[in-house]
Amino acid sequence: MTTKTPPRDFGFGEDEQMLRDLARRFLDENLPVERLRQLVAADSEAAYVRGERPGWDEGLWKQIVELGWTGLAVPEEQGGIGAKLVAIAALVEEVGRHALPSPLVATLCASHVLRAAGTAHAKAWLSRIAEGTAASLAITDARGSWDPSDTDVHASAGDALTLSGRACFVQDAFKCEAFVVSARRNGGTVLCVVPRDAEGLTLEQSRIHDLTRDQATLHFDGVRVSPGDLVAEDGAAALRAGWPAVLVTVAADLCGTSEWQLQTTVDYARERKQFDRQIGFFQAVKHPLVNGMIENDRARSILYHAACQIDEGEADAETAARMAKSAASDAGAFLSDRSVQLHGGIGFTWECDVHLFFKRSLHNQVLYGDAAYQRARIADHLIGPIGA
Amino acid sequence: MPPAELPSEQRDFQEYARRWLAENAPPPPPERLPLMSIEVSSPALREYLGEWQGRCYEAGLVGADLPVEYGGGGHEGFQRIANREMSRAATPYLLNVVALNMAIPTILVHGTEEQKKRFIRPALSCEEIWCQGFSEPGAGSDMANQQTSAVRKGDKWIVNGHKVWTSLGHFAKWMILITRTSKEHKYDGLTYFLCPIEGHPGVTVKPLIKMTGERGFNEVLFEDVELDDSLRLDEVGKGWTVAMTTLTYERGAAEGAGGGGGNRQSEIDRMIALARESWKDGVRASDDPVTRDAIAQRAIVEQGMAQNVRRMRVPALCDHPMRLPLQMKLTGSEFAQQNARLGVGIAGVRSTLYTNDPEAPDAGHWPLSYMDSYGHTIAAGTNEIQRNILGERVLGLPKSK
Repeated sequence: MTTKTPPRDFGFGEDEQMLRDLARRFLDENLPVERLRQLVAADSEAAYVRGERPGWDEGLWKQIVELGWTGLAVPEEQGGIGAKLVAIAALVEEVGRHALPSPLVATLCASHVLRAAGTAHAKAWLSRIAEGTAASLAITDARGSWDPSDTDVHASAGDALTLSGRACFVQDAFKCEAFVVSARRNGGTVLCVVPRDAEGLTLEQSRIHDLTRDQATLHFDGVRVSPGDLVAEDGAAALRAGWPAVLVTVAADLCGTSEWQLQTTVDYARERKQFDRQIGFFQAVKHPLVNGMIENDRARSILYHAACQIDEGEADAETAARMAKSAASDAGAFLSDRSVQLHGGIGFTWECDVHLFFKRSLHNQVLYGDAAYQRARIADHLIGPIGA
Repeated sequence: MPPAELPSEQRDFQEYARRWLAENAPPPPPERLPLMSIEVSSPALREYLGEWQGRCYEAGLVGADLPVEYGGGGHEGFQRIANREMSRAATPYLLNVVALNMAIPTILVHGTEEQKKRFIRPALSCEEIWCQGFSEPGAGSDMANQQTSAVRKGDKWIVNGHKVWTSLGHFAKWMILITRTSKEHKYDGLTYFLCPIEGHPGVTVKPLIKMTGERGFNEVLFEDVELDDSLRLDEVGKGWTVAMTTLTYERGAAEGAGGGGGNRQSEIDRMIALARESWKDGVRASDDPVTRDAIAQRAIVEQGMAQNVRRMRVPALCDHPMRLPLQMKLTGSEFAQQNARLGVGIAGVRSTLYTNDPEAPDAGHWPLSYMDSYGHTIAAGTNEIQRNILGERVLGLPKSK
C-alpha cells in the first residue's frame, strides 16, 4: 500500500512564484488604488441612486486575456496554461489585493466546473475560454441554495434541449460571453453552456453593494441549447467535483482583500497621531491588528493546503477547501470590521478607500456559502450527519 | 508518512527509528503522566522518564543532528524524523525539555568549546536535568527588569536573588540563569550563567503550588551563591542577547536542536468522542448545531497551525520571515486553552468532577487542562507581550516601551 505524500512546499515552486510575482507587478502598475477609485467610485450616486453598473477597465482585461489568465485553469491540451491551483490561488490573492473588477474569478470558477465535467463538449468550451471567452456559473436558485441539485432552470425533455426559468446571483454576468447553467431534467440536473447572445436569454442586473463587480439574474425563456453545448449529463456530480476549486478561488480573493485591509490599516496606524502618539502605539489598536494578521495567516496557510490537496487529487480536498473558505470568510469579516473602525471618522466616508475592499470582502464572505455554512458541512464530515 | 523525496539515508533512518520504537516500547508508567513533562513532580516518574530518554539517546533518537564531538549523532535532518516517529509511536514524552529546547541550543550558539563538551551529552541522556531561571517576582513580561545580582569577586561571581515559575527545578542539576551585573544599563547590564542547582551551597528550591493544586514548578532562592567564571555564557553584559536566543527556541521559532518527543493525540478526536457521550437537554452534544460549529472551528484552527508550520519553510509564501514563527507560542497556547474550554462546555455539569472522581469524563482531563492552559498563555512572555512583539517586529507598529 502506498500513500502519496503531499509536497512540503504545497507544490509552490519557481514557476508558480514567477506567475504570482508577475501578477503582483502587473496589477501594482496597472491598478493602483487611485485608479480603482476613479473606475468604480468617482461618483457616489452612480450605482446606488442611478443604478449604473460600476466601471471596469476593458483595456486592462484585453491585456489580461493576452497574458493568458483566462486559460489558467484550462489544461494545456485545450490550449490553456494548466497552472496548478496553488499558483492560481496565489495569483487570485493579488487580484483580491487590488480588488480588480473583471470577469477573471467568474471565469476561473466556470473553468473548474467544466474541467470537472470532463466531457468532450466541456473541453471544447475550455478551449474557447483559454482563447479569451469570459464565462460565469449560473447555478443558483432564488433562495440562494448551494446544493448542486437545486436550480430554478428547467430543461425540456426530448432531443432538443430548451431551457426556461431563471438563475440568480450570477457573478460578473455583464462582463461574460457564456454561462455554465445547471438545469433540472428528468429528476436530475444537466449542465450546459449558453452563450450570452442566445435567443430567449435576458440579463437582469442586480443592484448590489460591491462596486468591483456586477451580478445578475438570468432569465431563460425557451432558450435552445445546441447538442454540442450540453457539457454534463450529471450536472450535480460535475458541480460537486469542481466545487472545492471554486471555494479555493473565492477564498483566495478574500485572503487578498484581507491582506490589503491589514496593511493599509497598519500604515494608517503608523501615520495618524492622537494624544501626541501614533495610534498604533496603543495596544487597543495594535493587538486587533495582530489578531487580524493571525486570522489571515490561518486562512492563507489552509488555502495553500487546500489548493495543493486538489492538485494532488486527494480525497479529503473538499473539507480542506471548506476550511479555507470558512477561515478566509472569518478573517475577511474581522479585518473588514477593524479596517473601518481603526481608520476612525475618515474610515466611515466615501472618500476613504476602505469601503471598496469592505464591500468586495462582504460579498465574497457569503458567496458560495458563508463561514458557518462551511463549518456545518465540515462537521458533517468530521462528526457525521446530525442524528446519525 | 515521509515525503517521497526523502534522501535514502533518511528513509533508512526512519525505518530504523520506527522499528526500534516498536521493539523497545517502554512499560506503562508507574503512575498517571501529567499533560506535559514540565509538570512532572514525582520521583518515580522522574526515574521512569529519565530512563526512557536515556534509552532513546543511546538509540540515536535524541540529539541526532548535533555534532558528534558533543555527544550528538552528527546527522542532518534526522531529528525531525525521530520526533515524528516518537509522536507516531505515542511513546512517553522526553523529560529534559528545558535542556533540549533551550539550554542546548543556547550553549551551541554562545558556549565555549569546553562548555559544549561538558554540558551537552549528559543533558541529552537525561543524566543532568536543566531548569530555566528567567522569571522573577518583578520580572515577568518585563523580562529585562532582572533584580537577581551577580557581583564579581576575583574569578568568582556571588549571586543573590529570587527566581520563580521554575519548572523541573526540583530535579534540576543545572539552571540557565540571567543575572544583573550592572545597574546602569537595563539591557546591557545582564549576564547569563550556567548555574549548578542540586546540592549547591546557598541554593534553595521550594515548590510552588498551582491553581489546580498540582506541583511541578518552584521558586529558587540564591543566597551568596558562588559561581566560577567558567560558568558564564558569552560575555559580561551580553545576557539579553543570549536570553533572546533561548526564547527564540522556547517559543518555537527555531527548530529544537535536541528533539521534543511524542504522545500527541488529536484533541479534536477526543472532543468528538466526548460530544458523542455527552447530552444537552436530552440531545446528544454531537447532534447540537452550536457544539458542532464550535468543534469545526477548533478543527480549522488546528489545521491552520499545522499548515503554518508547513508554510514557514516556503519563503516565497511568507511575506516577512518572522511573521509565522513568532505566532507559534501565541496560537498554540490559545488553541489549547479554547479546546479545553470547549471540552468543559461539552461535558456540561459533569465537568464539575475532579480527576479523582470515578465519574469524571476523560478522567477529569477537560477542566484540569483548561486551568493548566493559563500556564502556557502566561509563560514564555504572556500572550499580550507576544502581540506587542508581533505588532512591532512584524507589522512595524510603534514600540510600547
